[in-house]
Amino acid sequence: MAYAERFKAPTSLSEKEFTYCPGCSHGIVHRLIAEVIDELEIQGKTIMVAPVGCSVFAYEFFDVDGTVAAHGRAPAVATGIKRASPDNVVFTYQGDGDLAAIGTAEIIHAANRGELITTIFINNAIYGMTGGQMAPTTLLGMKTTTTPYGRKENIEGYPIHVSEVLKELSGVAFLARTKVTTPQDVIKTKKYLKRAFYAQLNNIGFGLVEVLSTCPTNWGLTPIESMKWLEDNMVKEFPLGVYVDKVGDVY
Amino acid sequence: MEKAEKVMVKGTEAIGEAAIRAGCRLYFGYPITPQSELTEYMARRLPEVNGTFLQAESEVAVSNMIYGAASTGKRVMTSTSSPGFSLMQEGVSYIAGAELPCVFVNVVRGGPGLGDIQPAQSDYFQATKGGGHGDYKLIVYGPESLQEAVELTIRAFDVADKYRIPVLLLTDGLLGQMMEPVKFPSFKNLNTLPDHSDWALTGTKMQREPHRVTSFDLDPVKLEKMNIQRHEKYKTIVKKEKLFEEYKLNDAEVVLVAYGTMGRIVKSVVDTAREKGVKAGVFRPISLWPFPYEELGRYTENAKLFFTIEMSFGQMLEDVRLAVNGKKPVEFYGRTGGVVPTPGEVLAKLMELV
Repeated sequence: MAYAERFKAPTSLSEKEFTYCPGCSHGIVHRLIAEVIDELEIQGKTIMVAPVGCSVFAYEFFDVDGTVAAHGRAPAVATGIKRASPDNVVFTYQGDGDLAAIGTAEIIHAANRGELITTIFINNAIYGMTGGQMAPTTLLGMKTTTTPYGRKENIEGYPIHVSEVLKELSGVAFLARTKVTTPQDVIKTKKYLKRAFYAQLNNIGFGLVEVLSTCPTNWGLTPIESMKWLEDNMVKEFPLGVYVDKVGDVY
Repeated sequence: MEKAEKVMVKGTEAIGEAAIRAGCRLYFGYPITPQSELTEYMARRLPEVNGTFLQAESEVAVSNMIYGAASTGKRVMTSTSSPGFSLMQEGVSYIAGAELPCVFVNVVRGGPGLGDIQPAQSDYFQATKGGGHGDYKLIVYGPESLQEAVELTIRAFDVADKYRIPVLLLTDGLLGQMMEPVKFPSFKNLNTLPDHSDWALTGTKMQREPHRVTSFDLDPVKLEKMNIQRHEKYKTIVKKEKLFEEYKLNDAEVVLVAYGTMGRIVKSVVDTAREKGVKAGVFRPISLWPFPYEELGRYTENAKLFFTIEMSFGQMLEDVRLAVNGKKPVEFYGRTGGVVPTPGEVLAKLMELV
């Protein structure tokens, strides 16, 4: 494949420029999702459920039908869409505040029902858009605007491990935790995303890809420092890998 | 055509069957007394008509599932009772903001809080003044009988589609639990339902620009424009969609105002009052929003007294006062906590007033 062909913008991305801060992982993950949608040739039947938070505009960045869910409710909204239109491909895009705090019930039950939707879960250990408050995934000792002395387990409890919790649920067909800090990780993440969509397309069950992500602005680090911080701290707390894969030999 | 014979049914089931005949094939719900039979009816009945039933994990999830399903343009409904409807308010606000057609049923019970499971009308404010955040309206209907509940359910789906607005059937545990003979209309042909292809999320099929259903705009000027457009629509609804019943009002000196179950009870109060020589009549709002202010207000010319009766401390009372606009006295009688006023006690109060 020629260089220009390989690196042209995916058809599933719109012309609109991303509004993300430099060094934020949203842009990489958006592009990967769009490439997967293109390669699976599902753009015309895909419906996205955008989250609240920095990625609230995600429905404008993808050239597919879309809506915005209330904080945490994306899996419920996606359930409504999918049950009403089983022939469409439905995905939600959610952050850690969204999915692991206010939306815990919705994600657990959608996953447990084996809802035929795909969730991309962006875990950057902090609330981005509201200005850097503690997330359920904030690491112990990590300073945020609402844990100014560092998160303490005897006060705020421990970082929640979403993939480890969801892997116990029978409805989950594909589940992996990944990162996008190196080219190898990016390639792996795309493969996981594709398998999560396959889980939906082949009616196997619920698919989720957790992506450990950077938030240079709210972490108070440069983009490069952020990647290093993620590697040194987040990966220890949130081990990478495939947690569930019932997709089989289709890819 | 189905044979239009009267059948004996329970209130909650009558509403469920009416919804299915109106073309509703999607129901998301969560059990709560006194409307669980409606949820159960849909669980049993929808698969028979190739429909979809799903019991959600909470009422919060229900209203967001309704949001999702409604955004595909299909007919969808849920039902609940007071504490459940409180939980649904998040979704209701988003649905109203995104202008999605769907039908909610609130079978009201005694409150506040956990309250009890007996009939009440204490959710009127929440229903008609906006229970969720923002500045929105639902069309709200208060049926007095099962036949009317059936007809209003069908109408609810039609006006929801016509205006892209959520419609609420506000009833109570008495109507939900009673049995009455009902004549059902025939099944709507699904192919004749309104076409929402201009906005619904159906996938672009690579043949059009993406559709975006949201209640969202960070630009205050643009958001205000969205809100103004929505309120222009509300003005049209106020003009065209008011429903009410006038009972023995021609020469009435006392106008009893009540809705739903209470509206039905006070009709018999008026009958007895007239036997005692009191010229009374009933004005029964059927659409609680839009409220028939002008239509009720006209009676200020000839009536001496207005008398509002509710199963609450007086919520619709405020709308009656707005309609009467200080021109005549407005009296009130209400019971709460799930106590249904008897015709006898309402009559006694009426006789005290005249």
